Amino acid sequence: MMRLSRSALTKLQASILVIVALATVTLGVYGYNLSLTQPKARLIVSTTTSLYETRFLDELKSKFELKYPNLNVSFISQGTGLAIQTAMRGDADMILVHDPAREYQFLKGGYGVNRKIVAYNFFVIVGPSEDPAGISGKSPSEAFSRIRSAGLNGTAVWVSRGDDSGTHAKEKTLWKAIGLDAEKLRAEAWYLEAGSGMTATLKLANEKRGYTLTDVGTYLLNFNNHNIDLVKLVESGKSMLNVYSVMADSPKNANMTKANFEGSMQFIRFLVSSEGQALFAQFGVDKYGLPLFKPYVKLTENQSDSEIIGWIRDLAFFEGSECPQEFRYQADDLYSAQELGTIEVPSILTGLEERKVASWIQSLKA
Amino acid sequence: MDPIIEGIIRAINLILSGDPEVLGITALSLLISGSGTVLSCVWSIPTSVGLALRGFHGRRVVKGLFNALMGIPTVALGLFLYLLLSRSGPLGYFQLLYSPYAIMIGQSILVTPIVVSFSTSALESVDPDLRRLARTLGASDLQMYGVVIREGFWGVVLAVIAAFNRAFAELGIAMMLGGNIRNITRVLTTAIALETSRGDIALSIAFTLILLTITMSLSIAVNLARKSTT
Amino acid sequence: METVDITKSYDGLLALDRVSIAADVGQITAVVGVNGAGKTTLLNILAGIDAPTSGRVLIQGHEVDTNGLRTHCTMVFSRNLMFRNSVYENIAYGLRISRTSDRDVPAKVASALALVNLEEFEKRNARKLSSGEQRRVAIARVLALERDVLLFDEPTANLDPANAMIIERAIKESARSRAVLLSTHDLSQARRLSDRIAHLYKGRVVEEADPSRFFTNPRHEATKLFIDGELEF
Repeated sequence: MMRLSRSALTKLQASILVIVALATVTLGVYGYNLSLTQPKARLIVSTTTSLYETRFLDELKSKFELKYPNLNVSFISQGTGLAIQTAMRGDADMILVHDPAREYQFLKGGYGVNRKIVAYNFFVIVGPSEDPAGISGKSPSEAFSRIRSAGLNGTAVWVSRGDDSGTHAKEKTLWKAIGLDAEKLRAEAWYLEAGSGMTATLKLANEKRGYTLTDVGTYLLNFNNHNIDLVKLVESGKSMLNVYSVMADSPKNANMTKANFEGSMQFIRFLVSSEGQALFAQFGVDKYGLPLFKPYVKLTENQSDSEIIGWIRDLAFFEGSECPQEFRYQADDLYSAQELGTIEVPSILTGLEERKVASWIQSLKA
Repeated sequence: MDPIIEGIIRAINLILSGDPEVLGITALSLLISGSGTVLSCVWSIPTSVGLALRGFHGRRVVKGLFNALMGIPTVALGLFLYLLLSRSGPLGYFQLLYSPYAIMIGQSILVTPIVVSFSTSALESVDPDLRRLARTLGASDLQMYGVVIREGFWGVVLAVIAAFNRAFAELGIAMMLGGNIRNITRVLTTAIALETSRGDIALSIAFTLILLTITMSLSIAVNLARKSTT
Repeated sequence: METVDITKSYDGLLALDRVSIAADVGQITAVVGVNGAGKTTLLNILAGIDAPTSGRVLIQGHEVDTNGLRTHCTMVFSRNLMFRNSVYENIAYGLRISRTSDRDVPAKVASALALVNLEEFEKRNARKLSSGEQRRVAIARVLALERDVLLFDEPTANLDPANAMIIERAIKESARSRAVLLSTHDLSQARRLSDRIAHLYKGRVVEEADPSRFFTNPRHEATKLFIDGELEF
């Protein structure tokens, strides 16, 4: 057996070892403390950088944990593509993203259940105030088309997220709408790829005096901080709609058996409750003068803007519903009778007629 | 120029005023990287004793291997460990991902080659005749190793400090395995990345200053202590 | 102590060839020879630091293996080796390993230092001493251990006469209750100190005698040349 000869240590060396031992003990105590004061359950929400950067999530977290003190919500922010993958591996309990196409894949692949649309806002195309491509006030398709021409002429530059995020996906859709393949555009000199989050992309666009697509929240955040001086040039239109939804990991999926389903559902219900929706509605007002998000559930309750409801339905509904029956799990109460029916509301109807149809459905419920 | 200077001034204010968020992140960084380094020593120092003092076939290869691994990119290691620790991965049972323990483990692996390489060098440079001296004074093998460690002590300490600095200042592992979650896994490096991407330059600079101050003071302190005892 | 036919070879080179010598308690045996004759190799084997290729070492008639030799014998090297510590700690190291109780250690250290005239040196940094002082500390170190056999490898090489004298006196003192073997190429030292002299030449013992006969009537050719300082190697 080993006997450490005491002459092997001078006073200094002994004291160093004592310090290390103390440090380890402190660590142990701290760790133990942490586990004691730590609420019992963790809820890991995989989400997008655009939401994360606005700091809205911090507010959501604190209000939610007031109601549910046993839960500790952690947000992992990544590009939407990555966020979904993280959830697919079961490393997150639920997702909060803004890419309907991939959300649908998530549901169909058996990874997610109980999708709820919680909020929306609009993407905007921003660019230098001198607007070399002349896109101010034009429609999104027209604007993209002009940007490309100017780009090919060497008078304008476009900066793409290039990171497989929801924003990037939306950008690709917009190019597709005018018959261009974003993959091919990457080879052209005027098309730059940032490969990073929204703020970094905006800053790059700012440096290069280029155009880029951004969600309004991140834009306002950076504009108000004087990080950028790009201006909003195109900010409305159906194709610029940005819809945020949540989905919980499916309890039926083998990879996700360790996911906190109960916690996810509590969070989802919170987000669609009046309290949660109110948070969406007023975030940003004090700092930027206008809210960064618009609550969706409230919108459908009030029927206040059926044009937008129609847009959302077109863009972000699957099989006529925000969450088809087969992807719901023990949560039927979340979905109103309005959707249970198979009444398809065709988009060719004008806003006026939609309102008529909607109120008729309302009367059905009553 | 202005935003940078303004940033530095605000940063110093933040540090001096003892802003709790800043302090909390600093403490967490120290704790996680510190325990990761200590953990690594548990297996690294005996390994380097073995490498330095026992001959065996392939010894040079092993030493060369550790040398090469010192420069491993943190994101590569982070990715590898991420797949291991993921809930759908082989070690998913422990649900370590996005917890400080994951970072601790990742960093302990990261710095192992540093501790081993530098410690082995330090121990090898201890006069080999001192081993004979210990033996003739009656030391057993283990006691003789103790003498070598004691004689090479400052070299080993330097190795450990170098390892700590690497862990403390790395980003890839903390980001991938920790997730940069406030109060839980947000450490100095990930906070710098976050605040920079958010555009909060003052906060970024504050964290950077703290990071640099700690790593440099440690190195200086150890070197001073070493000079004063030899 | 007695060695029987110790042979040692490295890489095909024969360093020691059937060396047999004896050393008794109360006696000093000197091993002399030119550089490279094999003196240090022999001492290392006797100290239990190296193992012989063949041959045996007996202590009081019993065969002792390399590990056992380490407990019975201890050695002062020709190089000064000091631990990075105080003089006190250097000497106390061996005592603590041999499980001397903590109460006894200070006294033993003090008496060992007294034997080499270094009483005031306890707190000094061992590495900062002069080479003569370091050599004396090394000797105090082994004296404190109270082993049966003491080995000295060129104990006064490179030392000034004052230091050398202190060391020789300490060696003579220590031999009273122990067996002492020392190697040297200082012939006058061999004559002064030892009771028996063995001449090691190219790994073999070519002459073994008490000092008076060794110098006045050496039998071997090599010994004659060695005494005259004309031996080549």
